[in-house]
Formats: sequence, structure tokens, C-alpha cells
Amino acid sequence: MDSPGASMAARVRALVAAHRGDRGALLPILHRIQAEFGYVDPDLVPLLAVELNLSRADVHGVITFYTDFRSGPAGRALVRLCRAEACQSVGAEQLVAHAEQVLGIKVGQTTPDGSVTLEQVFCLGNCALGPAGQINERVQGRLTPARLEALMVEAVHS
Amino acid sequence: MTAPVTVYVPRDSAALSVGADQVAKELERAAARVGRPIRLIRNGSRGMLWLEPLVEVVTERGRVGYGPVESSRVGDLVAAGLFDGADHDLCQGVVDQLPWLREQTRLCFARVGVTDPLSPEDYLAHGGLLGLRRALELPAADVVAEVTESGLRGRGGAGFPAGIKWKTVADTPGPLKFVCCNADEGDSGTFADRMLMEGDPFTLIEGMTIAARAVGAQEGYIYIRSEYPDAVRTMRRAIDVARAEGWLGADILGSGLRFDLFVRVGAGAYICGEETAMLESLEGKRGMVRAKPPIPAITGLFGKPTVVNNVLTLASVPAILADGAAAYRDLGVERSRGTQVFQLAGNIARGGIFETAFGMNLRELIHRYGGGTLSGRPVRAVQVGGPLGAYLPESGLDLPLEYEAFVAAGAMLGHGGIVVFDDTVDMAAMARFAMEFCAEESCGKCTPCRVGAVRGVEVIDRIVAGQDPDGNLALLNDLCELMTEGSLCAMGGLTPMPVRSALLHFPDDFTAR
Repeated sequence: MDSPGASMAARVRALVAAHRGDRGALLPILHRIQAEFGYVDPDLVPLLAVELNLSRADVHGVITFYTDFRSGPAGRALVRLCRAEACQSVGAEQLVAHAEQVLGIKVGQTTPDGSVTLEQVFCLGNCALGPAGQINERVQGRLTPARLEALMVEAVHS
Repeated sequence: MTAPVTVYVPRDSAALSVGADQVAKELERAAARVGRPIRLIRNGSRGMLWLEPLVEVVTERGRVGYGPVESSRVGDLVAAGLFDGADHDLCQGVVDQLPWLREQTRLCFARVGVTDPLSPEDYLAHGGLLGLRRALELPAADVVAEVTESGLRGRGGAGFPAGIKWKTVADTPGPLKFVCCNADEGDSGTFADRMLMEGDPFTLIEGMTIAARAVGAQEGYIYIRSEYPDAVRTMRRAIDVARAEGWLGADILGSGLRFDLFVRVGAGAYICGEETAMLESLEGKRGMVRAKPPIPAITGLFGKPTVVNNVLTLASVPAILADGAAAYRDLGVERSRGTQVFQLAGNIARGGIFETAFGMNLRELIHRYGGGTLSGRPVRAVQVGGPLGAYLPESGLDLPLEYEAFVAAGAMLGHGGIVVFDDTVDMAAMARFAMEFCAEESCGKCTPCRVGAVRGVEVIDRIVAGQDPDGNLALLNDLCELMTEGSLCAMGGLTPMPVRSALLHFPDDFTAR
């Protein structure tokens, strides 16, 4: 991957500056970076380390510890299906299998055309209305294969 | 010109997940079409989640509810006289009089679903700030004493007495102390923290401010998991409102108390619900569990004395201060005092929030209020207390809902999340999942958890495949014992609980097919 463009670097410096007074600012900064660019470019590690007076190992270690931070962009629709116990009790595994089959990818992958990224998640706090999923940040409940497909189509084209 | 009709449509994310936003839009459109002015309020959820989206209309009789409402039926409902509270097959009657709600004792959730979550006027009109005002009049030590005497125990799962924790922080001198709220509600089958933050955020703010007053803290953090974007938004807006109202900041309610509050968002790590991992994460680090001692009450966030409590623990405090410790202690049984917010989840016909005094029978809660399974099939297993809680067989449901009775039954009440499974569940698969989840979410600091969980999956696979079942069962038992005794925190330490309970109650599921 190329080193982050000058504009991205400048923007990241500005984000760091905005959180200068915060205690333990690395996580809020990483969230801001991901919200803005859709991912946290691994090439930002040295820059963040210098700006925050941390070692590169520390910054890399934090980014890779948390599953939310991705190293490359996600598909246009980010589909996360809950696989925790409550959703399993109402058919989450069958729903995941259906999504994998329809999309032709496995959990953790993005379709070759870049339209859908499929991920698993453990609990969205919608445990009485499962199976639950989250499509581009919006939680969905009582998902059926048909409803999931309709929501994915809608998300890809919106 | 007729006065506008007040209509409530929840903004709770569970309601949104089944179309509440579309219903709200359709209602406004239909109201305009029939020329009927309405005042639309987006409330929290009443917690009867099988009725969501639940539309409520204010009438002379009270708030009349309709649910579950699909947006395609709004036109039909309005034509049938929804705005006048008319009868319809979706009409549930006056919501406050529904037995499911009336038979609860709502302290924590008193305002959730009733008020506009971000309206300070609503909050005050429904008893908000009474607890904080009383706390500001009392000496700090008396506030701690009140919480101790109430018998309030941590609602996050461990059930540690809140007053003792607060006293430790209060007695530890230091120029800087923190109050941290653990809102990393990662356990499957739990959603009460989320619903409280989305439905009545000021209660949490008030509870944290009382804690700050009691222990002498100046700064507070609410650590909310990233899976809850709506709760994050609502909490942040509520904090802004509270600052503007003088409920937070340099001179709270003119008392001279200084306390400010910040929301921090997790990043998809279940382990950050463990209090020391949460503190590490708040410090901007990997969410690695700390060895205890030192305890967070003495050496907590950035090494300072820190109160760490769950959302519902802190949200219980305003009512305790407002009504007094005795009123709270009078509820419940044995050493489980007050109310617990139970969450009915999974394969359940009527899932949602049921807040009641400790002591109710688990079977009664599941069958009488929960209505049994959603699928209509027999209940086979119930997991109480999240992914680290035991699986109970149907024959073991006659348990009073209180901490010690569950411990005696080899189970854990935990956070009060109740996940129901019907007779199609494969308990060997659930046991395997418990180990798989632990392997996925372990922070990796201690070996029993990091390696043990991976080995656990492998051993269960061998048992189910019929490879030397006796030898491998003995090995699995050994492994469970080692994880229980040797892990640094509850993640590795309690993962054997679902595994062993599944083995104990459902041994046939583990034999080769």
C-alpha cells in the first residue's frame, strides 16, 4: 500500500490536535480516523506514534487488538450478523449460512465487486427480536433470509 | 381547530430494528392526510419488545397502545380511529394497565418508555433529580451509607456490594478520582443497559453524579460498546443537555459540586466488559486484563481511585437516594435486595424487560410472562447470566431469582439476562460455542484462557466425533478445572460453567451420532 497521501496525513494531524487534551486519546482518534476514511491505514502508525509520543509497537498493538478497526475499506454495504447465543436460539447460524451462500463469500470477506462485506458480531443488544443484524450501522431484527436479502440490496444501491 | 393528539413511537434501537422510523413517518403522513394535528414524541421502549413498534396515543382513558404496527398498516389504523384510541385488532388497551407492565416493580426503568428521553422537563416532571438533590444535602459519608444500607449489589454480574466499593474509593485520599460506568454490555441476552441509555439517559447521569458526590470524584467516563451507536448518540446528547441545565459541570445545581462526564466508545472487544480491561481501554491501550490486587477502587483509571459500576447499578442509585435505603431494602429476598431488571431473550414468545423484586420463580417468569418459546416448541434449556452462565434444563427452572440460590444450583444470576432455547438446540454445539467464543475474545494475557479455550474446542470436537469419549471427557473436565482455578478473570474462569452444565444436564448430546 502507498504511504498515506499528504491530505490524509494532514487531516490525521488535525484530528490528533482536536483530541490533544483528552486522557487516553488513542481510541477516540482511531474511531475518528475510521469514521472519516472508512479504515485505519496501517501506514498511519508511525505518524500516530510520533504525534502521541507512543512507540509504533504500542499503536500497532492497539489497532490490531480491536476488531472494529479495519486496515482497508469495507464494501458499500457492511453487513454484520449476530452469532451470539440468543440469536442462535432463533436460527442465526442458518441465516449466516444463507448469507454466505447468496453472496458467495465467507464471514470476514468482501464480495469481489466490493459491494458487500459480511462480518459476524457477538450481540447487538437486540436479543428478544433475533436473529439480529446490523447493516451500515442500523440494527435490524427478526431477520429472515428474504428480508436480509432485500435489506442488502437496498444498502448496496443507496 | 382541534388540539394536537400526542402520539408516541419509540426510538429505541430494538423498535427501530423492526421499523419504528417508517411507522413514525407514515403516521405523520396519515395525520396530514386526514387533517389531524399530532404531536409526535419519540420515547424509549416500554420493554414489551414483541409488541414493537408499539404506537401509543394519549386519550382521556390514558395512553392507548397499538402493536406490533407495520408501516403498511398505519393508514388502516388511522382510518379505524387510532388518533382517538379506537378499538382495532392491534389495539392493546391502556398500556399502563397491561398485566405485563402492572405486575412489575419499576425503579430503574420507571421512566423508560414513558418520557421523551432527552427532555429535561419530562425528567423533572417524573421525579428526576430528587435523588441528587437529597445527596447534595447529605454529608458525603451519609450518601455512601445510604447505598450500603440499601443492600444494592453490582448489577454487572459479579454482585459485589456497591456501598463497600464506594466506601473504599471515598476513604482513599487523592486529588483526582474517577467514576466509570461500564456500559460494555457484551453478554448475549442482555440489553437493559442499552435500553436505559436510549430511554432514560438522565437517570444514569444522575446516578453517576451522586457517586461522584459520595466519593469525591471530579471526572466520569461512560464506556459504551461500539455495537450500540444509538445509545452513544443519545448519551452524548443527554450529557450536552445536562451541562446546559447545570446538572453537570462546575457548580451542579448551585451546590458547588464539580463533576463532568464523557462518553468513550469501545471497539468490538468483549473482554473490555471486564472492569480492569475496560480501564486499560479507557487509557487508550489494548484491553488486557489487569491482575488484582490492586483493586480499581484504590488504583483504578490512570492509577487513581475509581468507582467502576455497571449502568443499572448506577441507575438504581437515584431511586435509593430519593426514597431512602429502607424502601429499597424492603424489596427482594435474602441477600438480594431491591429490584433486578430481567431480560427475556432468545426463543421466547414475549421477550423484553421485566423489572421486579428479587425472588420471583424463573419458571414463572419464562412461562407466565414470557409465554414460553417463540417457536411454540417445548423449552429445553435456559442460559441465565450471559455466555459465561450455566445452562439449566427445563426441569431445573424452579429456582428463585436471587444471587445465592443460583450459586447453590451451580449457576449464575449475573446481569439477569435469560436466553431460552427450544428442543431443537444441540447442547454439545452450545458447549463448543462457549469455548470458541472464549478463544475468539480472550485478551490473551493468561494461558488457561488463551490456550485452554482453543484446546476446549478441540476436545469437544473429539468427544462428539466419538474418539475415545471417556478419555476425552476426563480431559475436558481437567481442562475446565484448570481454567476455573487458573484464569486471571471471569472470561477464562467462567467459560467452563456453560460447558460443564451442558455436560451435566444434556450428556446425550455429546455422544457420537
